[in-house]
Amino acid sequence: MSTSNLHMYVLAVPLLTAFFVNLLGRISRRWVAPLVLGALTFASLASLCVLGKVLRHGSFSYTVGNWQPPYGIELLLDPLSALMLVLISVVALFASISAIQSVRQELPGQEHLFFTLYLILIAGLLGLVLTADAFNLYVLLEITSITTYGLIAMGKGRAPLASFNYIIMGSIGACFYLLGVGYLYLMTGSLNMADIAGILPTVDGTAAVATALAFILVGLWIKMAFFPLHGWLPNAYSLAPTGAGLLAAPLMTKVSIYLMVRVMFWLFSSDFLFLQNPLVSTLVVWAAAIAIVSASCLALAQRDLKRMLTYIIVAEVGYMVGGIWLANSAGMTGAILHIVNDALMTLCLFLAVAAIVYKLGSGEFDKLQGIYRRMPVTMAAFTVGAFSMIGIPPTAGFFSKWYLIQGGIEAGHWQYVIALLFSSLVNAVLFFRIIEIGYFFKDGEQHGHEKKEEAPLLMQAPLLISAVALIVVGLGSGPLVESIIKLALPAGF
Amino acid sequence: MEQFLALIIAKYNYWLYVVLMMIGFYAMIGKRNLVKKLIGMNIFQTAIILLFVSAGVKHGGKIPILDKYEVLKHGVDATQIVNPLPHVLMLTAIVVSVSVTGVALAVLLRIYREYGTLEEDEILEKLGK
Repeated sequence: MSTSNLHMYVLAVPLLTAFFVNLLGRISRRWVAPLVLGALTFASLASLCVLGKVLRHGSFSYTVGNWQPPYGIELLLDPLSALMLVLISVVALFASISAIQSVRQELPGQEHLFFTLYLILIAGLLGLVLTADAFNLYVLLEITSITTYGLIAMGKGRAPLASFNYIIMGSIGACFYLLGVGYLYLMTGSLNMADIAGILPTVDGTAAVATALAFILVGLWIKMAFFPLHGWLPNAYSLAPTGAGLLAAPLMTKVSIYLMVRVMFWLFSSDFLFLQNPLVSTLVVWAAAIAIVSASCLALAQRDLKRMLTYIIVAEVGYMVGGIWLANSAGMTGAILHIVNDALMTLCLFLAVAAIVYKLGSGEFDKLQGIYRRMPVTMAAFTVGAFSMIGIPPTAGFFSKWYLIQGGIEAGHWQYVIALLFSSLVNAVLFFRIIEIGYFFKDGEQHGHEKKEEAPLLMQAPLLISAVALIVVGLGSGPLVESIIKLALPAGF
Repeated sequence: MEQFLALIIAKYNYWLYVVLMMIGFYAMIGKRNLVKKLIGMNIFQTAIILLFVSAGVKHGGKIPILDKYEVLKHGVDATQIVNPLPHVLMLTAIVVSVSVTGVALAVLLRIYREYGTLEEDEILEKLGK
């Protein structure tokens, strides 16, 4: 195994393991867990090595099959994509430790089918992060979407209906993206991102190029559930099997935001985006502010923990989209740091929900009474995740929000700053309500002798690690920003 | 008006794709039957496929199958052959659209088993009970 194409192994190992999980899982279900965990552990370690290499030797590109770009498919490894590789593989690893337990309970006998899709989804996400080819990106986008449709449809009750809705919405999003790429191809005759970026300034016909950008952005906004286009997400993620929500919730929206950054600054340029038509960026920041406020209000109306969290995800998408379109260094830093932090926070909260659902069967608020007595470890970690969502120092959520607010003030977008603060307050209300239900209300019948009934150790361990990670990343966000994120910012920031 | 008509005729393939796409879009958003929505999605995807393919047309162009020795001797005259790239891309897009349709049909099957109907209104009615 040569180290020059280590990133290919990061991508290939989950993909190939998916095949073996299906094959060997049919013979005996006992094969599933070691194969999945082995593949993801390898992917995590290898992606850490890749990140180290990129930081030491600078970014490099890799051509698959030695077909030189712009004709062949190019993979780009810069600090941003290497950071995302690490984030995806590590989050996927911890999510899968817990998912194995919850799938065993929720979908007995179907573990091998579930984890086949699960691993292909991870491979698709890793590929999305690596690729530097606009059409390849479309194919990988559909790979991740199709596997997610399947995973969601494995849920009970209304889940297939939610999945079908997601199929319709997701296909519209993907088709819009493809249409945008088609326009760019007609204008430039190329599909390689760097190549298109080089040709675009020489092309006249800004209307067609602007249309292409609009189609691509709307396509990605549907995929990331940016507020008015978020309709599919809450149902899909809350009705999916808990194991699927564990992986999809922290990663899918965040990777879509990464893709938006890629497209905006590697395919187009910041001059094109912000200087030619400053009205557009103002409009998008307004849309983000409205998204944050509305999604937070919708979260208030929910009576189920999982559904509440899905609306918080929609609000967080607004944070990051707004941060990127602020068009200044602080906003961009905050948005990219928030991609990392939000993935970890969502992971932590969903792991806690998975443990609760494992024990109680669902996350309805009525069932949560006295939960702090019954599951103290789970709820302690949940509280850390909740503090991070609210933005209480020293948890990670505080620092990225700080950058975002700073960026908002610098850019003079006060509506965005107010939306962020409002959303923090709403999050505080949301989570303190759960803490109140779980801590202070008493179960009439079981009063005095509530037994401790924690989820299995294998569900608690990743939860505790993710809670600790939130504090560690929070305390280490200074060095993280200095050594990685500053390098990962697009040119000109 | 005449100018407008000339514009439509000159780029009639793009106008056709827009019309097709809107039909598909309407079916996806407006129809209440889930299978009709799915067919709308297919029309939508086909419209985009046609856009790409029609962009690759070259009047009087030959098929892009070349003799290796001929090319090595004289080089390629790009004006004489049709650009194969859009067609190749659309092969991939067709594969994607077929697999999405497959997954969607499987999901529809599960919905039908659960509710005994594919009309959105009737499903919502059953959910409401």
